[in-house]
Parts: sequence; structure tokens; C-alpha cells
Amino acid sequence: MITLGDYLIVSGILFSIGFAGVMLRRNLIIILMSLELMLNAANLSLVAFSRFRVQPTGLPDYNVQVFVFFIITVAAAEVAVGLAILVALYRAHQTTDLKDVSSLKF
Amino acid sequence: MLIFPWLILVVPLASAVVITLFTLRWKALSSFISIAAVLISFICSCLIFTQSGTSAREFTWVDFGGVFKVPFGFVLDNLSKTMLVVVSGVGSLIHIYSLGYMRDDEGKSRYFAALSLFMFAMLGIVLSNNFVMLFIFWELVGFTSYVLIGHWFYGDAAADAAKKAFITTRIGDFGFMLGILMVWMVTGSVVFSEIAPRLSTLTNHPAFLTIAALLIFCGAVGKSAQFPLHVWLPDAMEGPTPISALIHAATMVAAGVYMLVRVAFIIQASPSALLVIAWIGTITAVLAALIATQQNDIKRILAYSTLSQLGYMVMAVGLASNDAAFFHLFTHAFFKALLFLAAGSVIFMIHHEQSIWKMGGLSRKLPVTFVTFVVGALALIGCPPFSGFFSKDAILALAYERNMPIFAVGLFTAFLTAFYVVRLLVIVFFGKPRSEIASESRESPFVMTGPLIVLALLATLGGFAFFARNFLVLPIEKEVATFVPALAIIVLILGSGLAIALYRNRARDPLDIELFRRKFYFDEFYGWLIDWTQELLARICAFFDRWIIDAGAVGGTSSGTWGIGALLRLVQVGNLQAYLFLFGLGIVALIYFAVFR
Repeated sequence: MITLGDYLIVSGILFSIGFAGVMLRRNLIIILMSLELMLNAANLSLVAFSRFRVQPTGLPDYNVQVFVFFIITVAAAEVAVGLAILVALYRAHQTTDLKDVSSLKF
Repeated sequence: MLIFPWLILVVPLASAVVITLFTLRWKALSSFISIAAVLISFICSCLIFTQSGTSAREFTWVDFGGVFKVPFGFVLDNLSKTMLVVVSGVGSLIHIYSLGYMRDDEGKSRYFAALSLFMFAMLGIVLSNNFVMLFIFWELVGFTSYVLIGHWFYGDAAADAAKKAFITTRIGDFGFMLGILMVWMVTGSVVFSEIAPRLSTLTNHPAFLTIAALLIFCGAVGKSAQFPLHVWLPDAMEGPTPISALIHAATMVAAGVYMLVRVAFIIQASPSALLVIAWIGTITAVLAALIATQQNDIKRILAYSTLSQLGYMVMAVGLASNDAAFFHLFTHAFFKALLFLAAGSVIFMIHHEQSIWKMGGLSRKLPVTFVTFVVGALALIGCPPFSGFFSKDAILALAYERNMPIFAVGLFTAFLTAFYVVRLLVIVFFGKPRSEIASESRESPFVMTGPLIVLALLATLGGFAFFARNFLVLPIEKEVATFVPALAIIVLILGSGLAIALYRNRARDPLDIELFRRKFYFDEFYGWLIDWTQELLARICAFFDRWIIDAGAVGGTSSGTWGIGALLRLVQVGNLQAYLFLFGLGIVALIYFAVFR
């Protein structure tokens, strides 16, 4: 049987990969994708919890799954804004490389 | 009857206030108000004197739960009644004299205002029945003395002299206050009449009592210009001569002796304190007499003679005889005021020249002044039948009985006194005039010579038993009485003879003893001492301010902040992903501490 713990491990690994991507990749679009990955990892763990927390009626807790829908929506909106910022940045600096936007250093 | 003490105090105060606030512009009116005030005080004093009551109303001024209680009340025993009459009487004569002396002065109004304030304060000292009230009036007298010495404040000399007087007496007053606090601490009261029955609480601790007595004596050392705080009195001669007569001869400097007589019951309980007091008085007397032999300013000679006579009075207090001390105070007030006023008359008539080497032959030009001056001088040197003879003799007889070394020094001082006083007489009044102004002078107006005559009469009569007995307790004559006066007279004749021989018909001083002329270098020494301590203190403060506060606290704070800022700045690398890394580290740490601790 696949237990809750397995789903959580997968979710954790996905989250770490996403976080590593945000920290280590240079291209802004890839960073945005990694950000999405982190969010979806959270979604996965939430759904796992919903599936394995069985209510007395014998059905899973659907409140959590509704919350997942909210997160998906928010992620979409966030990507929209993020891409808009990326386009503006490209227009200003002609680059999507994060190393070149470091003028705020001491 | 009950109102008289209040009148005595309030009328001069009111006069001072009215003159200062309203009549500064009208000089004649101001002088009239002031003279009227002091005459009223004098009349009230005489009236109180003739009555035998000893009560007056008292009210409580300060009361901290019974622990520290200061009433505002009067003491009316024979001592204070006599002193009231003396102070207000001599004060009145000097007020009248000032009309003449300060005739052309611009600051006449403020002079009379200050004079009235002084009378208020001095009469307050005489009437006080407790230490705190005495101290307040004591300080007020010091302040008015400052104002009056510095009357001609636009010249440096007077302003400096006034400052010196105030600061020097303040040092004495500090000791005085400590002494008062010590007495209060042990006996629980500051009122004289309440301390006396509680004296046993003090006498149980002799060392404490001695220290308290000596500290109280400090007040007298300052106010009565004893060694080592005597340096202000000669400089105080920068003030107008009537002030020198009133404050620095007859009354204020006598306040120290008066205070000692008042609290004699405390001081006499400690023999070591008495010994110290007697010796300080003796040292002052002989020191001042030595210095006076070489001075060339008429007022300074008289100032040093005042110092010397005050030394005698303090010596008498130290020899545990209040009667002798007060008797000498009584006679001294008259003849010293007389001498100063007569000197003022001379100075006034030769246009404020004060060097005796510019005078001469004035016996013919200023006859009344001359006669009165001679009367005062003879009283000062203790020539019978003038008053000074009786009082000085009483002190010398006392010293002969109780302390031989002091008697020897006292006798020597009498010799010196005769010497420098006759020196003064010979140079100023006899011989030929030494300068033009001297040869052109005339006698002073009656408003000035009148008081001189009155004082001369008092100086003549004041010593006789039939007169003085009404005012004070005469010191008891003992068997040795004939021996001591004879010695005193011999010494007097020797001193006078030497002075006449040395100074007859001289144009300059044949003696030149620098040590005496430079006043034993006390001023230089004190100047050096103050310089040195002030310099040291200033250096310490400067070091503290520059290095510990400026560099240490202020500089340290700023450098520290700057340093920490410089360290923290290194975090701002500008790389977004680095920030994210630190963010991640933080989250890990948080989870670790939240879950596993």
C-alpha cells in the first residue's frame, strides 16, 4: 500500500527541487517554473492529507481539496504578474539573466 | 512693647525696599528715608533698653514634623539690648555722617538703600534667637557688605575687593553651617534657649563637641576676619569710608564676636576649642599689628588695627570671659567708628587722597577732626582715662591669669599698637604738609564733625564703670589688677616714644620691612593656592570631558554603530538568489527550533 508518508516524501522532494531551482538557475523563466513546482508540491501534500484523513462518514475531507483549488488559482495569478514583470525587465535591461540585475548592492 | 523688636527690624527693611523700588531718582528723599528709618530703630532700641521685659512674640517659620523646627523669634536679654543700642546708635551717627561724605556721589540712593538693608540684617543678627535665623541674617549681612564695598564698582579694585570679601567670608560660613548642623543633629534643636538645657547630649562626646565648636568658630573666623581668613578686611577699604566705619569696624565684624558670646555655653564646654580660639585671636592680633607698622594708606592702617583689636576680642572669648570680650567690643565700636569717620573727614577734605605720606600738619587745618582723631587714637592704644584702656586692660589681666604666653604676645601687640598709631598721628597731623592738597585743606562741614564729637564723647566715657555698668557686665577685677595696667602703660609709652622718635619730621618712611609691608605674602600665597587647585581641577575636568565623554561615550557610540553597520553591509550583495539562500537557511533553523526543541 502507498501510505501518506510516501506522498509526503514525494511532495518534499518536489519542493526541494523547486527551491533548488529558484536558488540556482539563472534564467528568470526557469525560476518562475521552479516557483510553480514549489506550489504544486504543496498542493500534492494537501491532497494527500485530504485523501488519508477519512471522516466518520467514510468520505475524505473535501475542504482541503477546495483549498487546493484556491492555491492553483493564486498560482495562476502570480505567474501572470511574474511574467509581466519579466517582460518589463527584459524591455529595460535586454536580459533575462538574474546575474545582471544586481544594482542594489553596497 | 511687643511691637518694638518688629519695628526695629521692619522699618529699615521697608526703607531699603522703598528706596530701591521707588525713589532711586530722588537722592535727597532716599537719604532722608534711610536716616529716618535708622533713627526710628534707634529710638525703639532705646525704649526696649529701658524696659526690663524679655519676651517678644515668636512664630514658627519652618517645621518638618517636629524634627527640624525653626522659629522666627527674638531674644531680648541684656546682651542683645545693649548691642541693639550700640548698633543702631553708631548706625544713626554714620547715616548722618554719610549725608556729608557722600554729598556729591551719583549712587547716593542705592548707597542708602544698601545701608538700610545692612541695618536690617545686622539688627536681625542681634535679635535672633536661633541658629538658622542667625545664619540667614549672617549671610544677608555678608551680601550687603559686598554691595557696599563694591559701591564704586566701575573701578576694578572695588569690585574685586567686594568679591574677595564675600568669597572669603563664605568659606567661613560653610564651616559655620556644618557646625550648626552638628549641634542640631545631637541636640535636636536650633534654638539657643533650647540647646542650653540639652548641652549634656553634646558634652558626652567631647571630640564631637570640640569639632562642632571649632566649626561654629569658623563662622566667626570668616566674619570677624581672623587668621587665616583675614585677607578680605584690608581690601574692603575700597568701599566708602562711612561703610568702613560701620561695617568693618563697629558692627559687622563684631557680629562674629557677638555670635561667639551668644553661643559661649557651647564653646566653653570644650577646653581644647577654647585654646585654639584664644591662640587664633592672639595670632591675628600680633600679625595685624606687625603688618600695620609698615602700611602707608590711612584706611589700611585702621583696617589692620581693627583686625588686631578683633583678635583681642576673640582672645578674650578663648580665655572664657565673655564679659571682657563684649566690653572691648562695646568700647571698640565707639573709638574705631570715630577713627574711621575722622579719617574719612581727612580724606574728604583733601580730595580723596589716602596716602599718609601726602598728608601732614593737618592739626592746624582740621582742628575738630584732629582732636577727635586723637581721642580715638588714645582710646585705641589704651591710654587712660579713655575707654580703650579699661577694656584692653581687662583682657590683658585675664590673659595674665590664665595663659602666660598669650599675655606676653598680647603685651607685645599693645606695644606695636601704640607704635603704629602714634606713627599715624605724627605723620598725618604734625609736622609740615607734604603736599599741596594738604596745605590747602579746611575743616569738614558740621554734618560730618557732629557725629565725630558725639563718638569722641562716647569713646571717652565708655570705659568708666558708672557708664558701662548700665549696659553690660563689667569683667571682675582681681588682685593682680595694679600690676598689669602698669605694664600696659609702660609698653604704651615705649611704643609711642619710639614712633615719635622715628617719624618726627620725616618725608619718607625710615623703616622698610618688606615682610610686613607685603602683608606676610598672604595674598600671594592664597592666589597661588587657588590658581594651583583651580588649574588641577580644570585639568581633571578637561581630561574627563575630552577623553571619557567625548572620545569614549560619544565617539564610542558612533564608531560602534559605524562598525556594526560596515559588517552588516557585507550582506547586501545584490544577488537575489543569495538572499533566497539565506532565507532558506532561516526557515530550516526555524523548523529545527520549532519542531525538535
